Amino acid sequence: MSFRSELTKGLVRENPTFRILLGMCPTMATSLAISNGIGMGIAATFVLVGSNVIVSMLRNVIPSRIRIPCYIVVIASFVTMVDLVMAAFVPKLHEVLGIFIPLIVVNCIILARAEAFASKNGVLYSLADGIGMGLGFTLALTGLSAIRELLGTGTLLAVPDFGFPGFKVFDRSLAAVMVILPPGGFITLGLLIGLLNSLTRRKKKAAQA
Amino acid sequence: MGEILVIFFGGVLLNNFILSRFLGICPFIGVSKQVETATGMGMAVIFVIGVASVVTWMVQYYILVPLGLGYLQTIAFILVIAALVQLVEMVIQKVSPVLYKALGIYLPLITTNCAVLGVAILNITEKYNLLEAAVNGIAGASGFALAIILFAAIRERMDLAPIPESLKGFPMALITAGLMSIAFLGFVGFRLKELFGVM
Repeated sequence: MSFRSELTKGLVRENPTFRILLGMCPTMATSLAISNGIGMGIAATFVLVGSNVIVSMLRNVIPSRIRIPCYIVVIASFVTMVDLVMAAFVPKLHEVLGIFIPLIVVNCIILARAEAFASKNGVLYSLADGIGMGLGFTLALTGLSAIRELLGTGTLLAVPDFGFPGFKVFDRSLAAVMVILPPGGFITLGLLIGLLNSLTRRKKKAAQA
Repeated sequence: MGEILVIFFGGVLLNNFILSRFLGICPFIGVSKQVETATGMGMAVIFVIGVASVVTWMVQYYILVPLGLGYLQTIAFILVIAALVQLVEMVIQKVSPVLYKALGIYLPLITTNCAVLGVAILNITEKYNLLEAAVNGIAGASGFALAIILFAAIRERMDLAPIPESLKGFPMALITAGLMSIAFLGFVGFRLKELFGVM
């Protein structure tokens, strides 16, 4: 176990969205535009890193019987911080993400990392794990939102908070609006995971042959 | 009365938790292999969300608002919900062992169901009164139950279907849910307010 491997495992090998399949609700609900995806990813990463570090520091103090409520309080405190900060500095993004900011509390990724990793490992490793998993989540969310924003609106990288309309790739009238509606979220994510599965299988087959 | 009906049908069909709001996807996919277990989960969720929407509403307006502690909402709600689920579990175990056996394993899972916290927060942001909050909670949870039971019925059939190896399991479940979501999108055309005479 090294700092570096803990940091990078979340990006691809144990990617929380595509490999462990955790935290699906915010993934599908907030991946409408790249700016939303990145915003949500950063918010979740901050909470994940903070809660991992605090849980790891307190791992010998928290009695094991009531550990889950303790973790939840730690996580909820960080979520409240993120919520207030975002409401102050990026109000439009905060409005779009809406209920999914407070819902970071029940994002399974964060509780799962606290329980499975931070409660058993030192502060430094937990920090690396938090950053890695958070970036993995952000990466997955950004990829998914890039696909949905492009197909659904015909533009890329629109950032309403800075008044930036985004790069126009094709005309809006040609865009498949269904992709940014709820069904598009389910189907795009399903196909994307299927695609990654088939790539992994092909790689494995090639390695065997 | 009309407004209550609008909230109810809106919650079950138009703003279905799973298919249009993306709340509670984990149990939706995790506990939907069989119709029977899906029904159990659905009932447990209706019960817990119904109670939780009333209790969190009271916590918000009788404790947090008078004390000016609105910013503690997230922490307070999740703790209330976690405690509530435990309490409900213990009460059901004592009062009705049969029901406990039926719901038992699903109850602890509900704490991490984001639909519970989601509906509690939505009740506050939509500024519902106590009755409307309770109806909204029960309606949303009924929508969840409806979706998960229908989905389980589809998945039971799907076991026999030839599905490409890479799509088996989770990806196929998501695509199926997407198709169901398209069907539910059709309900958006309902003009509930006109139907129930609320202007």
